[in-house]
Amino acid sequence: MLYRENGQFKTSYEADQQIFPILQDRIGIGLLLAFAIVGVPLLADEYLFRAILIPFLILALAAIGLNILVGYCGQISLGTGAFMAVGAYAAYNFLVRIDGMPMIAAILLGGVCATVVGVLFGIPSLRIKGLYLAVATLAAQFFCDWAFLRIKWFTNDSASGSVSVSNLSFLGVAIDTPVEKYLFCLGVVIVFALIAKNLVRSHIGREWMAIRDMDVAAAVIGIRPVYAKLTAFAVSSFMVGVAGALWGFIHLGAWEPAAFSIDRSFQLLFMIIIGGLGSIMGSFFGAAFIVVLPIFLNQALPALGSLFGLEISTALVSHTEFMIFGALIVFFLIVEPHGLARLWSIGKEKMRLWPFPH
Amino acid sequence: MGFFLETLIGGLMSGVLYSLVALGFVLIFKASGVFNFAQGAMVLFAALAMARFSEWFPELLKFDNKLLANLLAFAAALAVMVLVAWLIEKLVLGRLVNQEGITLLMATLGITYFLDGFGQTIFGSSIYKIDIGLPKDPLFLLDGVFQGGLLVNKEDLFAAGIAAALVVGLSIFFQYTGTGRALRAVADDHQAAQSIGIPLSRVWVIVWSVAGFTALVAGIIWGSKLGVQFSLSLLALKALPVVILGGLTSVPGAIIGGLILGVGEKLSEVFIGPHIGGGIEIWFGYVLVLFVLLVRPQGLFGEKIIDRV
Amino acid sequence: MKFTTLALCATLAAAAAGSAFAQAKEQFFPVLSYRSGAYAPNGIPFANGYVDYLKLTNARGGINGVKVIWEECETGYATDRGVECYERLKGKNGGATVFHTLSTGITFALTEKVPTDKIPLITAGYGRSESTDGMVFKWNFPLTGTYWDAADIILQHIAKKEGGWDKLRGKKIAHIFHDSPYGKEPIPLLQERQKMHGFDLTLIPVTHPGVEQKAAWLQIRQLRPDYVLLWGWGVMNSTALKEAVATGYPREKMYGVWWAGAEPDVKDVGDGAKGYNALTLQHGAEPNSAIVKEVLDKVHAKGQGTGPKEEVGEVLYMRGLKAAMLSVEGVRRAQERYGKGKVMTGEQARWGYENLALDQKKLDALGFAGVLRPISTSCADHRGDVWARIHTWDGKKWNFSSDWYQSDQTIIKPMIKSAADKYAAEKKLARRDVSDCQT
Repeated sequence: MLYRENGQFKTSYEADQQIFPILQDRIGIGLLLAFAIVGVPLLADEYLFRAILIPFLILALAAIGLNILVGYCGQISLGTGAFMAVGAYAAYNFLVRIDGMPMIAAILLGGVCATVVGVLFGIPSLRIKGLYLAVATLAAQFFCDWAFLRIKWFTNDSASGSVSVSNLSFLGVAIDTPVEKYLFCLGVVIVFALIAKNLVRSHIGREWMAIRDMDVAAAVIGIRPVYAKLTAFAVSSFMVGVAGALWGFIHLGAWEPAAFSIDRSFQLLFMIIIGGLGSIMGSFFGAAFIVVLPIFLNQALPALGSLFGLEISTALVSHTEFMIFGALIVFFLIVEPHGLARLWSIGKEKMRLWPFPH
Repeated sequence: MGFFLETLIGGLMSGVLYSLVALGFVLIFKASGVFNFAQGAMVLFAALAMARFSEWFPELLKFDNKLLANLLAFAAALAVMVLVAWLIEKLVLGRLVNQEGITLLMATLGITYFLDGFGQTIFGSSIYKIDIGLPKDPLFLLDGVFQGGLLVNKEDLFAAGIAAALVVGLSIFFQYTGTGRALRAVADDHQAAQSIGIPLSRVWVIVWSVAGFTALVAGIIWGSKLGVQFSLSLLALKALPVVILGGLTSVPGAIIGGLILGVGEKLSEVFIGPHIGGGIEIWFGYVLVLFVLLVRPQGLFGEKIIDRV
Repeated sequence: MKFTTLALCATLAAAAAGSAFAQAKEQFFPVLSYRSGAYAPNGIPFANGYVDYLKLTNARGGINGVKVIWEECETGYATDRGVECYERLKGKNGGATVFHTLSTGITFALTEKVPTDKIPLITAGYGRSESTDGMVFKWNFPLTGTYWDAADIILQHIAKKEGGWDKLRGKKIAHIFHDSPYGKEPIPLLQERQKMHGFDLTLIPVTHPGVEQKAAWLQIRQLRPDYVLLWGWGVMNSTALKEAVATGYPREKMYGVWWAGAEPDVKDVGDGAKGYNALTLQHGAEPNSAIVKEVLDKVHAKGQGTGPKEEVGEVLYMRGLKAAMLSVEGVRRAQERYGKGKVMTGEQARWGYENLALDQKKLDALGFAGVLRPISTSCADHRGDVWARIHTWDGKKWNFSSDWYQSDQTIIKPMIKSAADKYAAEKKLARRDVSDCQT
């Protein structure tokens, strides 16, 4: 009843092809953005920014990048942590070695370096498929882990291998307080999400999806697998690299190679599986789920325990987190293998009909 | 020369140990087409069960004989692994029967996390000891030919022997028993096997139990070497390149892949490593596998991948 | 996502409301610990010791009457979880007093955050070596020792064994280290000493978590070094000893840093680790000390022990006790200036840590007679004197096997200054003015 598009006629091709053709959707997104840009800074406290919102935004960006590669192009990649590390360290080097380099330029250049590395490690995908490719990308992960520990040039010759950045600023405005960091990340994520959404709706996105569905048939009808796969790796690595640079600069402030280890790669893969492969919206859902769940469990489990009079040690909370995490992943895969985004679509479909049954 | 041989032997020994873990992967993939990422967690879980049971049984039942404790613990740990296998089949695999590869892979990743947390909850997260009487001191061969002799780890020799016995046992099982034949039929074609009356879910429970048994053996050997603690589950990351190198569906492939990887890793670490700062073992193995895959995308002994349009 | 955020806000608000009633009169100590993961075997006794001492402080009547409260947060030795724990606990219960991170990675991350949040960071026996310089690192306190001191003292002991620094020329020393900032931290000092005395230094990194050491020890077997320095943590230590047994390297020639010389590292190697030496951060295993007896009496006997009774007195447990003692004594010192019997803020506690004056009498009164030596800090020196001994495992327990050593400040002080200057230049920080020391 509320969600019908009766009366909404499109009179131009542009209107027909917009990302949110239904007026209610546009209003919804508008409200969401307004809340995110204005409401959240007014309502949220520092902890919420630092521990939940900023990691959520940055990981959502990385998840969008990974989703493009895995969800839209079908190339399984377990080396995302490495590409984030490349983005972070490259951005660091640009910032530190070139005087007067603006932070945003350093971050984008970090993304470009991640693109180069991504395309390099994406070349095997032309020959190797599926699970075997996943293992090949692990080579990227471990190699980068080692390179950033061993090659001192990357860490500006610091004795310990740990690097840090400070005095960040964007267009002359210092980015120090949590609100400023949040707004900066939000801006970057909005821009990149828009770019990603438009890319996957364009002809390159269709090429990616054709390769994912049946790469031999795609090659037969004239889609060049080399071009499609390598552009997928390139775009994905660019976003992941930018996310990595943001993670290091904005969220952590000081980091070492272990911050981008294989656990990070698995975490991102979980995000897109739970959120929904092949869906930009799904990346956000997945990122929110994975970021909030451990923190929620950390608060809820001791509270639950004290309800029953049990004192739950932090070790037990940590183990239970693992167990619930694993169980939830299996549960989601059984109940909805296409992820939270599919649940969202089903919800919208139902809303289209409500209150009518069909 | 002596040092090269020593490194080679050390590499072969490590390789055998990796293939012990890799065998589990291959077994499950062969029979059900599922890539079981949880194999590492199963090794850890089995090892924890063995270590803790061998501690708890003597306390609970008040006896002192170490051999008896170990045997009882082994039986109990095996029972636990069979139970785990049954539960996994019932709760997870049974409900994900027709899903694509990546979904099943993710499900096993979920199982990994669950087993990791569950194992540490029940059995604890310190370092535990498994003592099955394997000798720890080194053996020096050919003292006269090479200065200082060739170092061979006695424990690793035993492990190699056990692994060989396991492979032989598994081969006999698959070739000559009825159940083994049923497993091979299921691996070939699920639907055809079902249509001639082979009970799929029972077959899968058997497969996962055998993989659990392999995990237990691997867990005991690795636990005896390194002590039983959390990082055992990271062995899966070491076994992955072995499995890929050897081909996902070949048991001899797992062994040979393991040997190649072990040797490649150790030789590279010892001879190339010092020149570029060391610590290259892990990625060298993966890069090696990467290059092999570029030449043979299905691994050395795997079935050729045929894409139909 | 909005719903989960709202739900989380509600839970947090409820928790905050609940705790708000109980805040004003208590000193809050957050405990960053790791009781799971690859480093748990070493993290657990430390955390148990820390919490037990806080319980003991309450049993003794608090800090001049101020009760002590604490909350543990699991970091799993991961930097981002450590940062999340920090963010969650820093404002709770009236404000965190001080943080111990027990991880070099988390230390680096929090060093950037604590100056803004005004909470001191104690990194007793780890962290950045250059944070000794209090004029640059206002909020970091590497009390009683850093890795440069540790490396220096081990080399002093080796030189003493050989009969003098000049006898080290041509000797081979291998440094097996955890491939992380923790393991790489002592390398500058080792290289400095190598230049001075002409020994051969071989660096052998071991990737996290440290179970793959076969190749490293094969290299050692070929190198046949005269001494091996072990800079491991968690399971890397016991694996190193097992590999040493497997390759036949004499354990008597192995020297571990103070984080590689505790019971979890040697217990399951048992007799195989006999003769293994490690550095002690002032104390070793002290089962007969007064403080241990007091803890057993006032905490464990009442059923409030955090861990098993057998653990009390072990090396890492003592380290936790000592860390908590330093936390509490800094607050007590701060109370001397800002008001006895009052709850101290992070800033006030920081002044306390900067002006520690724990002489032997005070330490004996606290129960650390024969365990710790006097600790005193100043504005420029956030570390205090470094005292260490070597202890050796005899198959069943640790026994002290050397005299007290102090690190050679003539070499270390200039290194600290140049590293601190480099940090200040990078961060565009100015050195503190002497007048700032009074704040």
